[in-house]
Amino acid sequence: MNDTTFHEIISRYHSPSGRTLGILRDIQIQEGYIPRELLNRVSVELNEPVSRLYSLVTFYSFFSLHPVGEHMITVCMGTPCHVRGAEKILETLQSLLQLSGESKDGKYSQTTQDNMFTVEIARCFGACSMAPVLHVDGDLYGYVTPEKIPDILSRYGWKGTGISQSENRSDAR
Amino acid sequence: MTGFVGPIETPEDLSKVREIGLSKLLNRPRIAVGLSTCGIAVGGERLFARLKEIISSGGYNIALVRVGCIGFCKEEPIVNITIPGKPLVILHQVSENDAEAIVNAVLKGGVPDEKVLCKVSSWDHITRTIIYGTGFEQIPDYHDIPFFSRQTKVILRDAGFINPEDIDEYIAVGGYQAFVSAVSSRTPEEVIDIVKQSDLRGRGGAGFPAGLKWEITREAKGHLKYIVCNADEGDPGAYMNRNEMESDPHMLIEGLLIGAYAIGTSDALIYIRAEYPLAIERLRKAIDQAREYGLVGENILGTGFSCDIQLATGAGAFVCGESTALAASIEGKTGRPRPRPPRLTDKGIWGRPTDLNNVETFCNVPVILTRGAEWYRGIGAKGNTGTKVFSLVGKVENVGMVEVPLGTTLDTIVSEIGNGGAGGKSVKAVQTGGPSGGCIPARLFDTPVDFEHLNEAGSMMGSGGIVVMDEDTNMVDIARYFINFATSESCGKCVPCREGLKHTLLILNKVMAGKGTAADLEMLESLSDTIQATSLCGLGQTAPNPVLTTLKYFREEYEALISEGT
Ligand SMILES: Cc1cc2nc3c(=O)[nH]c(=O)nc-3n(C[C@H](O)[C@H](O)[C@H](O)COP(=O)(O)O)c2cc1C
Ligand code: SF4
Ligand code: FES
Repeated sequence: MNDTTFHEIISRYHSPSGRTLGILRDIQIQEGYIPRELLNRVSVELNEPVSRLYSLVTFYSFFSLHPVGEHMITVCMGTPCHVRGAEKILETLQSLLQLSGESKDGKYSQTTQDNMFTVEIARCFGACSMAPVLHVDGDLYGYVTPEKIPDILSRYGWKGTGISQSENRSDAR
Repeated sequence: MTGFVGPIETPEDLSKVREIGLSKLLNRPRIAVGLSTCGIAVGGERLFARLKEIISSGGYNIALVRVGCIGFCKEEPIVNITIPGKPLVILHQVSENDAEAIVNAVLKGGVPDEKVLCKVSSWDHITRTIIYGTGFEQIPDYHDIPFFSRQTKVILRDAGFINPEDIDEYIAVGGYQAFVSAVSSRTPEEVIDIVKQSDLRGRGGAGFPAGLKWEITREAKGHLKYIVCNADEGDPGAYMNRNEMESDPHMLIEGLLIGAYAIGTSDALIYIRAEYPLAIERLRKAIDQAREYGLVGENILGTGFSCDIQLATGAGAFVCGESTALAASIEGKTGRPRPRPPRLTDKGIWGRPTDLNNVETFCNVPVILTRGAEWYRGIGAKGNTGTKVFSLVGKVENVGMVEVPLGTTLDTIVSEIGNGGAGGKSVKAVQTGGPSGGCIPARLFDTPVDFEHLNEAGSMMGSGGIVVMDEDTNMVDIARYFINFATSESCGKCVPCREGLKHTLLILNKVMAGKGTAADLEMLESLSDTIQATSLCGLGQTAPNPVLTTLKYFREEYEALISEGT
């Protein structure tokens, strides 16, 4: 992140209320994670010990301390999504992207070997009516089924495993 | 975007803006695409882009705007069309391939018949009625659609009709009228009195009387105070607050401003979760527009009252919806609850008296002031006045946003509005109140949905999520799901919640794996009782509810898993 962007983010927040988390959120969105070097700079800027910022970044699940792949896939694991098969969606992603299936709780985050995709889970985007739901780089897909996943992935440069990549570009139904 | 220059200084200025807004709504053929998060997820944005392309390349005189969500999520993407003098027509399941047909029809003064859902000839925005027009006899009326006909729209009255990114349209349907008349002709005490008279109870879950909380904060010592809107909405399965903010952000802002005036503060804050980027964006725009019109800022309408509204974002911790954790989070700390008292109303953010209310609580206020407490008390039931917005999701046919008077039965919501189980399957239970709530079996669907009756059934109002389970759902799995959620969201500060939930989860895993025993069920019950009785905050105190209610109503499913194993 260059100096201008960094200072732009800092200067967005004048009042102390909500300032620290707001700045960290904007960095997370901009960089995809919170680089250690930026955490140090925020610490200087806000006059807060790094240890306190570190405790925030580990407490709140929105933040990540590790670099992520080029495309970020977030699978919703909220109740309606769970009831309508989110587990299967995650399993399909894991098998297509050859990720090992570990804990589905806490900060589940896995990146493919070629660094193309990171898969994470979240609890509810508030799009529960179209459960199950997933996010890729901020694009929201509703009514996802395991069969639709190869098509979704191929839009983000996934070369796939020969599973037919349908021409149908409407993700709706 | 906005059409009026300079600040609004008098009620006459407000009328001028209303005229500008009305002309945007009525004077020109208009295509409005429902673009809340749900509409976007099913291709609404692509449809919008295609429409824009066609309209601008043809140079047609058609307005194209984004609106919020009308609530029938199952039928998204939804588009509505207004042709001057004719009824507003709602189209459903529209895709970008329909764009051409829509524009062609509108150019001829009609609508594309194959996509029509219903029409609206006039709409009661409660604060101001809009007459759209007459005609289109063959199209069914809004009130003939079963999904809509059992609902009463007070909070969602503008959702899907007006452009949430245009303050003029909110003012056109009667917006900011309540705030302007409150600051210019009512004392703060009078405002509090009206809210008290309305019997409005907080919509954040506990149902605390809103007017009373305002009064307590007003009377608290210290002249520097805060008023805060809780837009954390962490309950998985609940998205009404997101929808309210995305569809009608000015309604929330107006309610918050009225609250600030009533409790006597110029510092208002909205704490909103980072997972809601569109709601954040629309709120930002709305606050800027209100500031541009002089409705937010210094010396509003020359009355001497000043108020600024700031946004603070959460960062993915469910427990931050709890009041003391929320205050800590706004101060830039980890969001761990602390014992109460002191309550927020005495010692809140930065130690100042703080009033905290839910999004929907604030949304109720403008209409209460405009139409009066008596009118409001006429909706709902005694002690449970007004309407409540629910998100009806899970395995139900008509998923969507449903607004009904408090006291409506679960059966009306699930069977009549929701049209029963998805794909014709039979409904087994609903889960209300998110992780704090419980599962209510179908045989108790005559339960009226209000604060007390839901508690009696072992569940909770919570923020208003209703997740429908059908015959295929395993209720033990659901209990385990919620305990898993609560375990990973526990802040870890107190032992009963941190360790007790972990232990509960282990037992549920064991039962699910077919290795449970009868003694495990007893252990689940006694653990749950202990966690409920000894946890520090609401998260721990309510987390066992899904276990206790499934044990109570669906014990045979636990027992079947146990006997399968032996
Ligand atoms: C774990 C936990 C999470 C909560 N989450 C929310 C929330 O997301 N939104 C909300 O308005 N209230 C939430 N609450 C309730 C708030 O603490 C508080 O009671 C409410 O915001 C007060 O608003 P009201 O009086 O308008 O209902 C939560 C409570 C607990 C214990
Ligand atoms: S009950 Fe749970 S969430 Fe609440 S303070 Fe205790 S450990 Fe934290
Ligand atoms: S539960 Fe998945 S979007 Fe709400």
